[in-house]
Amino acid sequence: MSEQIEMAKAAIEKNCKLNDIDVNLGQLQLSVDPVNLIQVIDFVKNDPSCEFKQITDIAGVDFPENEKRFEVIYHFLSFRFNLRLRVKTQISEVDSLPSITSIFPAANWFEREAFDMYGITFTDHPDLRRILTDYGFEGYPLRKDFPLTGNVEIRYDEIDKKIVHEPVKLQQDFRNFDIQSPWEGTKYLDKEAKESE
Amino acid sequence: MAINTNIEETSPELERLKKLYADKGFVVTSINNLINWARTGSLHWMTFGLACCAVEMMHVGTPRYDVERFGAAPRASPRHADVLIVAGTLTNKMAAALRKAYDQMPEPRYVISMGSCANGGGYYHYSYSVVRGCDRIIPVDVYVPGCPPTAEGLLYGLLQLQKKIRREGNIKR
Repeated sequence: MSEQIEMAKAAIEKNCKLNDIDVNLGQLQLSVDPVNLIQVIDFVKNDPSCEFKQITDIAGVDFPENEKRFEVIYHFLSFRFNLRLRVKTQISEVDSLPSITSIFPAANWFEREAFDMYGITFTDHPDLRRILTDYGFEGYPLRKDFPLTGNVEIRYDEIDKKIVHEPVKLQQDFRNFDIQSPWEGTKYLDKEAKESE
Repeated sequence: MAINTNIEETSPELERLKKLYADKGFVVTSINNLINWARTGSLHWMTFGLACCAVEMMHVGTPRYDVERFGAAPRASPRHADVLIVAGTLTNKMAAALRKAYDQMPEPRYVISMGSCANGGGYYHYSYSVVRGCDRIIPVDVYVPGCPPTAEGLLYGLLQLQKKIRREGNIKR
C-alpha cells in the first residue's frame, strides 16, 4: 500500500502546481491555490497511478482571523489503489472557487451545502442555491460569527392561520459551559500546566 | 365489552333497564359512553416520524408491544388518522408540513408529542433551525418524555390519551 502512495505522490508532484504535499496517517494531503484546483482534481481523477474516482465529501472550515477566511477541503477515494486524498484550498469571503461539477457531478450537492452553510460561492455551478436550511433562510449558520440560536424563530399564528417568523426570544438564556471547549479554549488549564512545570 | 360507566352519571331508569336486559344478551349504556368506547378503541395514528423517536414508534406497532390490541394501527395518510404522533425533532423547514398534515386530519383529532425534541426542542433547544416544541405549531394533548421514550412509554402515553378522551370526550364539541 505504501508503494502506491509513493507512486501517486510522485505523479501528483510531477504534474501539478502545489503549495504543499504531505502523507498524513497513510493518506495523501495536498494544498493548492484556487486557480490550479480544476487542473489538480482533473489530474488525480484520471491519472492511471491515482484514479481517485469517487468524491467523498467537500468540507468547509471558517477561520475568521485569517485573511483568506475559508478553507475548503475536498475528500477523494481511489477504489483501484485503496487510497484516500484530501485537497485543501483557501479563499477569502469575496472570492469564489471554480466548481468541480464538470469533473465530479456528485460534487453538485456538496458545493450547494458549502454555499448554504458558509456562503462560499462556486463559479460555473449549474444550480447554486441553498440545500438544507429553511426556505427564505438568511445568513450562513456554520460561520463563526453566526449566533447559535439564529435570528428568527417560528410559531403558528392562530389568527392569520399561517406560520410566522419572529426574532428569537429565549425563555432561558443559553449557558456557556466551559468544559474544555475546543473552540473557546480554556485559559486556566494552560496556566495549571505551566505552574506544574 | 369494556365500557366505562363510572364517569357517566347513572340514572335509576338506566339501572332498571340494565338489570332488565343484562341476562338477555343486551348491554345498556349511554350514547356518550358508546361513542367514547368507539373513539378510544380505534386510535389510528398518523406516523410522523422525524428522528430516532420514530424507531421507538415502530416498536410500538410490532407484536412485542402490540398496540393493535387497543385497536390502534399506523396510517400513512392524515385523512385516515385520529391521532398524530410527532416523533422526533421538528425543524423550521418541516413545521409547515406538520401543520399541513394536522390540518388535514378529521375531527376529533388528537396529538401526542413524543420525546424531548418534540416537547421543547430538547437537545437542539438552542439551535437556529429547530422549533422549540411542536406545541408552537399544533395543539398537543399528551407529552411523552424521554430521549427517546421507550416503546412502553409511548404506549402509556396512548393509554393516557384514551383516559383523557374518556374523561372529557362527548358528542358536543
